[in-house]
Amino acid sequence: MNLQPLFKPKTMAVIGVSTTNERHPANVIYSKNHHRYPVETFAVNPRGGALKGDPIFPAISDIPEQIELAVIAARADYVPDILKNCIESGVKAAIVVSGGFSEVGRWDLRDRMVAMAREAAFPFVGPNCLGIYVPGYVDSFFLPAERMVKPDEGNVAFISQSGGILVDQMIKFADEGVGLSKAVSIGNKAFVKELDLLNFLARDRETKVIAFYVEGFGKDEGREFVLAAEKCPKPVIVLKSGKSSGGQRAVSSHTASMAGDYQSFSAALAQHDGVIEALNELELVSFCESMSSYQTSINGNIGIVTGSGGHGALAVDACSAQGLSVPELGEVTKKEIEAHLSASVKAIASIRNPADLTGSAIDDDFVWTVRALCTMPEIECVIALLLPYLPGITMDLGSRLSNVSRQAGKPLIAYVPHVDKYRMLIEGFELNGIPVSPSIEGAVLMATALRRSKPW
Amino acid sequence: MVKKEILTILKTSEKWGWVLEPDAKRIFSLEGLDVPKFSVAKVPGDVSRIGNEIGYPVVAKIVSPEVLHKSDSHGVEVGVTGDKDLKKVFDRFRKMEGFAGMLVEEMIPGTELIIGAKHDYQFGPMILLGFGGTGVEIYKDVSLRMAPLDENDVNSMIQGLKAKKLLEGYRGTKPINMKALKESLITFSGLVMKLKDYVESIDLNPVMCTPERCVIADARIILKTEK
Repeated sequence: MNLQPLFKPKTMAVIGVSTTNERHPANVIYSKNHHRYPVETFAVNPRGGALKGDPIFPAISDIPEQIELAVIAARADYVPDILKNCIESGVKAAIVVSGGFSEVGRWDLRDRMVAMAREAAFPFVGPNCLGIYVPGYVDSFFLPAERMVKPDEGNVAFISQSGGILVDQMIKFADEGVGLSKAVSIGNKAFVKELDLLNFLARDRETKVIAFYVEGFGKDEGREFVLAAEKCPKPVIVLKSGKSSGGQRAVSSHTASMAGDYQSFSAALAQHDGVIEALNELELVSFCESMSSYQTSINGNIGIVTGSGGHGALAVDACSAQGLSVPELGEVTKKEIEAHLSASVKAIASIRNPADLTGSAIDDDFVWTVRALCTMPEIECVIALLLPYLPGITMDLGSRLSNVSRQAGKPLIAYVPHVDKYRMLIEGFELNGIPVSPSIEGAVLMATALRRSKPW
Repeated sequence: MVKKEILTILKTSEKWGWVLEPDAKRIFSLEGLDVPKFSVAKVPGDVSRIGNEIGYPVVAKIVSPEVLHKSDSHGVEVGVTGDKDLKKVFDRFRKMEGFAGMLVEEMIPGTELIIGAKHDYQFGPMILLGFGGTGVEIYKDVSLRMAPLDENDVNSMIQGLKAKKLLEGYRGTKPINMKALKESLITFSGLVMKLKDYVESIDLNPVMCTPERCVIADARIILKTEK
């Protein structure tokens, strides 16, 4: 089964456009792809007619071009026949946006569609989903273009059972500068499931990190998924909801009682290298951002440099909670760092790990200290806690520290409060591929991601 | 391949939905897992002969398809020291619902662990290891993995227990036989994979771990109601 036409179609038909309702999902999808994306888009409705001067074709087979992708947003009852038509017309893949299938008990419709798709090896996503967004190529989300927040093009693929969570995470990715390669809302996942997408994305050249939001897997599908994820040459991050449900059923054994649905889920993920469970949204975004920048694995020895003792102390606490260590620096290293600090800082700085350069520190003090930490073999990753309101810190520090990290070949993670006035500092890091977190905890989670990844 | 005798036992047990303890122990011993020396007394005349064969002190347990939770139903007597007491226990058990015999087995003092299995809808057979006994669900000091287990899994399961020091020898006690525990887990997980179409869950609780052995002192196999 070839999933490529779902993501990079040259031609697309949107089935179910309305001549009377401009806000109909099919109309939103048609008009944004028609106007904004390179994919050649055609509108379909059995009644025909025209939409703002463009023809509406009565059927897929009436379109003069061979259609690769069909986006179906018609009433559930019609969808199996539409799907049949698509297959017969040589369409390569479909997205079924419409709802009204198994979620309202219409298993009959679903079963018909799945049987046809299986026989023809015809991939369809959904039903009851937003479908697919590929930056610069295609966007089947029925959300008006002006309402969407789109992350930059990047290397993280995100697959979600919930369309709402997907759109929300895209906002967070955009906020945090996490770039997206592909976003897929799989809805009821009647045919194309997590495993199919995992196998496809494992070979996708534009994707380096694969993230999932999962509510639940089908029978035995969790097992197949973790076994495939372990073999996948890219990190696989999973956020699971419904952690607390399932405990109400009466169970007749201690094992069944203690190995509940979520406990089994979490244990199966933890058992397989390269599959990383994110416990919440902060972990999800932090892990994605960090692994998107660094495809590397560390044992967990962190060097911390800060402009405030309190930030350093909170970071050490967070490291310890995550099982990371903050090793003491050798005397020689300490002396060497001290020797190069600016005169006013030298007298008051506390050079250990964390290295507290104090509120008097200037850019050069940070650059020097990060460089020294980067050259220490016992430090595997450096966290820089930057307070842009300190008078000696300039907006240049982001790109300067990024250069230090890249030259040394050692991962650097920055904490900078995310407000507009510090944007230039943040971009100095992000444009150079250095992850920046808006919280100390998030910065430490980014380091945790590297400890939890396997060597790729 | 599932052994023929095991299949026969599973078939016989279908009507109860679970496997009686002596049958469960037979299954595990057929697979090479360590179970205590045991015998089942069915009539009063069996009692003292069996008591002496096994050797006092012994543990006596009710065998009844009506009694799934033996401790909760007062169907277990630990540390019975002679014929007279064992006969008394037999008389008491005989009045219990569904009485099919009294299981008499050697007493093995040791560290009580639980080894369990559960068929998970999403992930298939899962194996649990933890500190066992009757307080198992209070402490919940357990590790969980997808079956089958390899040596790495088994090592990390043991490392994942909060009270693992109790197994390694703590304040003068001897360490348990780790090799026996690890082998038992791997063998058990292999059996669970073979029985995955039949079994809903298994509790081996307690598994008595001593410096020498790792013995399944009690076993409960719950069968799938539909395959």
